[in-house]
Amino acid sequence: MVMNMPRAIFATVLAGSLLGLIVPAYAQLSEQVPPPALKWSFAGPFGKYDEAQLQRGFKIYREVCSACHSMNLVSFRNLAEPGGPGFSATQVAQIASEYRISDLDDQGNPIQRPGQPADHFPPPFPNELAAKAANGGTAPPDMSTLANARTYQRGFPWFLFDFITQYQEEGPDYIAAIVTGFRDPPPKGFQLPPGAHYNVYFPGHAIAMPPPLEAGQVKYDDGTPETVEQYSKDVAAFLMWAAEPHLVQRKRIGFQVIIFLIVLSGLLYFTKKKVWSAVH
Amino acid sequence: MSSAEHTRRDFLYIATAAVAGVGGAAILVPLISQMNPDASTVAAGAPVVIDLKPIADGQIVKVFWRSKPIFIFHRTKKEIEEAKDVNVNSLPDPATDAQRTKPGHEQWLVVIGICTHLGCIPLAHQGEYGGWFCPCHGSVYDTAGRIRKGPAPKNLYLPPYAFISDTKIRIGEESTKPA
Amino acid sequence: MSGPASYQPQNKFLQWLEKRLPIGGLMYDSFVSYPTPRNLNYWWTFGGILSFMLGVQIITGIVLAMHYTPQVDMAFNSVEGIMRDVNYGWLLRYAHANGASMFFLAAYIHMFRGMYYGSYKEPREVLWILGVILLLLMIATGFMGYVLVWGQMSFWAATVITNLFSAIPGVGDSIVTWLWGGYAVGNPTLNRFYSLHYLLPFVIAGVVVLHVWALHVTGQNNPAGIEPKSDSDTVPFTPYATVKDGFLMAAFCILFAWFVFYIPNYLGHADNYIPANPAVTPSEIVPEWYYLPFYAILRSIPNKLLGVIALFASIAILAFMPWLDTSKVRSARYRPLYRQFFWLFVIAAVGLGWLGSKPPEGIYVIVSRIFTFYYFAFFLIILPLLGIFEKTRPLPNSISESVLGAKA
Repeated sequence: MVMNMPRAIFATVLAGSLLGLIVPAYAQLSEQVPPPALKWSFAGPFGKYDEAQLQRGFKIYREVCSACHSMNLVSFRNLAEPGGPGFSATQVAQIASEYRISDLDDQGNPIQRPGQPADHFPPPFPNELAAKAANGGTAPPDMSTLANARTYQRGFPWFLFDFITQYQEEGPDYIAAIVTGFRDPPPKGFQLPPGAHYNVYFPGHAIAMPPPLEAGQVKYDDGTPETVEQYSKDVAAFLMWAAEPHLVQRKRIGFQVIIFLIVLSGLLYFTKKKVWSAVH
Repeated sequence: MSSAEHTRRDFLYIATAAVAGVGGAAILVPLISQMNPDASTVAAGAPVVIDLKPIADGQIVKVFWRSKPIFIFHRTKKEIEEAKDVNVNSLPDPATDAQRTKPGHEQWLVVIGICTHLGCIPLAHQGEYGGWFCPCHGSVYDTAGRIRKGPAPKNLYLPPYAFISDTKIRIGEESTKPA
Repeated sequence: MSGPASYQPQNKFLQWLEKRLPIGGLMYDSFVSYPTPRNLNYWWTFGGILSFMLGVQIITGIVLAMHYTPQVDMAFNSVEGIMRDVNYGWLLRYAHANGASMFFLAAYIHMFRGMYYGSYKEPREVLWILGVILLLLMIATGFMGYVLVWGQMSFWAATVITNLFSAIPGVGDSIVTWLWGGYAVGNPTLNRFYSLHYLLPFVIAGVVVLHVWALHVTGQNNPAGIEPKSDSDTVPFTPYATVKDGFLMAAFCILFAWFVFYIPNYLGHADNYIPANPAVTPSEIVPEWYYLPFYAILRSIPNKLLGVIALFASIAILAFMPWLDTSKVRSARYRPLYRQFFWLFVIAAVGLGWLGSKPPEGIYVIVSRIFTFYYFAFFLIILPLLGIFEKTRPLPNSISESVLGAKA
C-alpha cells in the first residue's frame, strides 16, 4: 500500500481538473441557462416533504396543470400514503369521487363513473394523438416522473461536490425556474418561432407551453402568498413527490443502513487487526 | 496471551459475527417482503359496494371481490324455508341458516363461489338441494350454501360483508359505517 | 507446518459426504487453508468484492424479474410500478441499477490492479484472458439491462449500439435486422434482451468459477511480483484474507449505500425517466458512465467501420497484454518507467470517460484522439519497448523479506 493510494487519487483529480481547465465554457448542444438552486425541504440526508406544501402543489396540479398534463402513474390512494401530502383515507375517497373515470357498464357501453381511491389520475386527453392535436403538435408531457426526467448540466467541479452534498434536486429547480421563466416580450433580437413562448430556462428558449400560472390564480387557504414564485415552488415540490413518493422512507432507512455499516466496518477493522497481529 | 486478552478478543469476534448476522437478517426483510401483494394489488382488493335492487327474487348474481367470485343469492320464501327445515346435526359441516345470513336480511345469502373441495366454481341453481352443484367432483350445496353431498368438506365460505343500507352491501369489511 | 492444512471433518455426516462428494474438502482447500501471500494489500480485495456484487445483482435481478413486464407498452410502467407499489421495490431497483455501477467500478479497479502488478504475466495468462471475457460479458449484460427500462435513453442506446454492426461490410445490415427481430428496435428486441439479460449473469458465474480455478492453479500474484518460496511467505486464506476482505467489503458497501439511499439517480441519465419515443431522438445520446471511455474511442475515429473496430479492439487488446509486455519483472513497484506510463494510462482512461459524455465537436474530439492514440500506443508500442529498455529496480529475495525487512 506504499505509494499507490495517494498516487491514484492524485492522478484522477489531476486528469479531471486539467480537462476542466482546458475546456471550461464550451458551448453546449442546446444552450441552457442553469436554473437557480432553491432550498427544498426534502433535500439532504434528513430531507422530508412539507405536507402543507405538497397539498398546495396538488391543488395547483388539480386546478391548472391537469387540464393538459396527465399523471398516469399516480393513484388517488397515493395521496394518503405516509411520506406524502398527508390526506386522510376519507379525504382521498372524497377527492377520488370528484373525478370521472372512463369505464364500461354491464352491457359493455362506455360510461364515466366516479373515481375510487385505487384509480389513477385520469388523463385530460384520451390518447397521445389527441393530446398533440389539441396542443399545436406537441403533446404536454406526463407529469408522473417529470421531476426525475428534467435536469441541467451541473458542470465541473460542481458535479463532484454534488456527490458529497447529495444534490438531487435538479428536476424541481428546473421546473420551478420554467414556471417563473417566461418573458413577454422576448429579449431584443431573439427570433421566437410562431406558437412558441420565450422562457429563460428552457433549452433553446422557445417553449410550446404558454405561461401556465399567474398571481392569485389558485386560492390558498393557509395564508401562503399566492405569487407565481410560490406556486412554482409548491408545484415543483408536489411533482418531486409524484416522481419519488418513497423519498422520506428511503433517506430514513439510508441513515440506519450507513450507521450500521460504519459500525460493522469498524468491528471488522479491529477484528482484522487482531487476527493479523499474530503474523506481523 | 493472558486470559483477559482472550476474552477481549473473543468478545470482538462475537460482536462482529453478531452484527454481521443482524445485517444478513435485515437484508432478508425486503427480499421476502417484495413477494407479498404490492400496494396496487391491495388497493384493487378494497371493499366493493353492491346495489341489491337489480337482483330479482330467486336470482343468483356473481360479482368479484379480490379476484374471487362472490355469489349473491336473493332467496325466495320457499328457498329460505328449505334452508331452515333441516336437522343441523346431520349436516357434514353443521351450521344454521341464521348463522349464514345477516339478522333482518335473511333473504340475502352472500357466499364465496369457490368449492371448498379443490377450488372450482360451482354452478348456480343446480343440484337436488336447490343451491349449487360443482361439476368437477360432484359436490352439492343447498340454498344456504351448505355442503350436503359430495367430497367438499366445508360449506361455501362467507366473505366479510355488511349492509350499509337495506339495498346496499359492502363486501370486504364487516363495518357498517357509510362509505 | 509443511504445506496447507487438510480438511479433517469431525462430524460423522460430513465425513460420510466427503467420501461421496468431496465438496467440503474443495471448499476448505480453496477458501480456508488456501495459502495466500502475506503481503497482499487492499487492492486485492476487489476480486472478492466483484463476487459479492455478482451475487447482489443476481439476487436483486431475480426479484425484480418477478415484477417486470418485457413488453414495449408496459415495460416502463412496470418499472415505475416496482418503484411505487412493490414492497421495498424502490430499494431493489435502485440497488440493482447502482449495483451495476459498483460492479463496474470494482471491475476497473481490479483490472488496474492487475495491470500495475503484472498479474497478467506468465503463468497467469489464461486467468487474465478469462477476466477479459468476463469484462465483455459484463458489458453485454449491463447494456441489455439498461434497455429493459424502455426509457428514451434505453431505446436510443439500443438503436445506436445495434446499428454499430451495420458497419460490417456486406452482411452488416442483415445482422442488424437479425439482432432487432424487426425493421427497427422494437418489441422483439426488448424480449430477446430480457431473455439474454437473465441468462448472461449465470454465464458470468460459470466463467468466474473458471477464473477462480485458474487463479488457484497458479496462486495469487502479490505486490512484490515474486512467487512465494516457502510457507513463511503465505498465510491461510481464512481467517487472514477473509477478515481483511470482509472489512473492505463492508466499507465498499458504505459507498454503495450512499448511492442507493441518498443519490440514487446521480449516475443515471434524466432522459431515461421519459418513456421511449421512437419518433423523437434525445438531444444527446450518452451511455452510462462505465461505457464512456469506449464510447469516446468509438467517436474519435472519423470512419464508421474503423471506429467500430477501434471500439472492439480497445477491449480485445487487453487479452494480448501477457505477450505485448516483454518485461521480465512483474510488479510496477520495481519498474519505475512503467509506473509513469501506467499512471498516464489511467489519466487517459479517465479522461476518455469524461470526454465520452461531451458532444463530439471541437476540442473534445482533438483531445479524445490524443487519448485514444495513447491508449493503443500504451499496449502496442510502450509495453513491448519497455521490456527491452527499462532499467528495473532489484527485486527482494522473498515475500517475507519484503514484508518483514531484513529480520525475516
